[in-house]
Amino acid sequence: MNTTDRTDLAAPALASGSEQTHLRAGFIPLVDAAVLIAAAELGFAAREGLTLDLVRDVSWANIRDRLAYRQFDVAHMLSPMPIAALLGLGSNPAPTVAPFVLGRGGNAITVSVRLFETMQALTGLADTASALDCAKALATVIAARRRDGDRPLTLGMTYPYSSHNYELRYWLAAGGIDPDRDVKLAVVPPPMTSDALAAGAIDGFCVGAPWNMIASEKGVGRIVATKQDIWASSPEKVVGMRPDWADRNRDSVLRLITALDASARWCDDPANHGALAALLAQGAYLAAPVEIIRHVLAGKFALDAKGNARVVPDYFVFHRQRANCPSSEQALWVYSQMVRWLWVYSQMVRWGQVTYSAEGAATAASAFRSDLYASALGQAPAADSAPQAADVFIDGRPFDPENLEAYIRGFDAPPPSV
Amino acid sequence: MSHFDLTILVIDENAVRAAIIEDGLREAGHGHVTVVHTVTGIARVIEATGPDVIIIDIENPNRDMMEHLFQLTRSVSRPIAMFVDRSDSASIEAAVEAGVSAYIVDGLKKERVKPILDMAVIRFNAFSRLQRELAEAKSALEDRKVIERAKGILMKMRQLSEEEAYALLRQTAMNEKKKLADIAQSVVTAAGLLM
Repeated sequence: MNTTDRTDLAAPALASGSEQTHLRAGFIPLVDAAVLIAAAELGFAAREGLTLDLVRDVSWANIRDRLAYRQFDVAHMLSPMPIAALLGLGSNPAPTVAPFVLGRGGNAITVSVRLFETMQALTGLADTASALDCAKALATVIAARRRDGDRPLTLGMTYPYSSHNYELRYWLAAGGIDPDRDVKLAVVPPPMTSDALAAGAIDGFCVGAPWNMIASEKGVGRIVATKQDIWASSPEKVVGMRPDWADRNRDSVLRLITALDASARWCDDPANHGALAALLAQGAYLAAPVEIIRHVLAGKFALDAKGNARVVPDYFVFHRQRANCPSSEQALWVYSQMVRWLWVYSQMVRWGQVTYSAEGAATAASAFRSDLYASALGQAPAADSAPQAADVFIDGRPFDPENLEAYIRGFDAPPPSV
Repeated sequence: MSHFDLTILVIDENAVRAAIIEDGLREAGHGHVTVVHTVTGIARVIEATGPDVIIIDIENPNRDMMEHLFQLTRSVSRPIAMFVDRSDSASIEAAVEAGVSAYIVDGLKKERVKPILDMAVIRFNAFSRLQRELAEAKSALEDRKVIERAKGILMKMRQLSEEEAYALLRQTAMNEKKKLADIAQSVVTAAGLLM
């Protein structure tokens, strides 16, 4: 097995040529690390002449820092992380680029069973209500709590620069809730979400698989929305690397992309999901029940402990629909959300300001290196880039990367200073 | 103002390691050190102590929570940046390797913080060594125990003296190219099955 403990990291081996073929890859134990794990374990990396040493870590801040300080060559990262890094956001922004998307899907929003029952009691919300109706019902609960003088609800997410943060905010806003004024957002490490929900420390959360399903199977949480409900073709995790490292090891980067492409194709095939679930369930990786991972891969959701279930087609997309190709449009959407929400912080803090600028947008777009992807695997056929059903957003608002500033101004929140 | 006037907050879930760090800081002359073992309510602690430097172990999954807290800074009076100085990569790498990360108040001179981080790195490494030695000592003790038991079994079953029993174990270990403790363990296991 190629997993090593952080304590016995060897110095990176150099190939006989000048390029590095022994790559250390940091990952967080989540289902969406599957493509990296399968590439290391099932020979996809070896076939390209690469050795992938996977190193498990506990926080995104560690992943960021250990990539920046060369303990990792590549890393499993949240898609907004390279964009934030290039824009100079966060506590240790070191240049990072992403030439490969590890897939779509996997996230969901869960609220406590008690909160869901209150939503139902106040609005007559059906067990099968849509994600948008759930958000609107939550808005009704929040208004009632404010009238009664109750404390604001606390919702957990994983990291300031995470798809979870932006998806949770997008969903709340679609329901008429201001994420900065009407609720409290807090970061909770995903493995702790069920316990935090059960203890009443948080009232809901948005995290990746398998943690929503674990909360619902434990009977403490009710899943109210999935990533598919909010923006189906949204990229989830990416493979991040330092741009200078990518330049020096261009051939290895192309081989890595080829290996990950083959691994993603394998992970996407339902015929392999049993084997993939067994691999991911191992102690060195997710250390989670294999049955739950199998359900997650199939998109079979136990919504609650009462037996309400839902099947989400394409809950995980590892390869199909050209899911691995990073596009500048995706990066621009992330940027639009950073601008949309971060102007609030910019009133209060010296650093971390993001207001819209054409240069900022160009910087954000350059984080996703579709050029490297295309060098390894070829350009997308023109038909693939046409808008698809998966490009629909929960609030029906069309995303317009060509007119980004107008798109950002169009949100109900006060317009960003320009 | 010397660097001893800095207010330092140590966040470490491992109480023993935190104590070792705290001792080191006090020995080095730092009077304003606060140690906490949990990040629960950390915003209030930061508000109350106003640290110039925060030291946190990187095994702590709550680091992401700290990042969020620093971004909000509604509860923290001043913006806080990560690490001492990005140009000083050797000392940063040593810190990351040792498992320490540090946050400092933006604008603080790196010369004032470097001794603190260096000390934390040394203490973190010393703690890891201590733990390793402890684990080795424990396993050496376990080995001795199992060898004693195997000797006892051989003496009883084959009517050997203590020296003969030990010599038999050692010879078998040499013949089979195995560790003495492993042979002793097989004797104990076999005896458990047979008796």
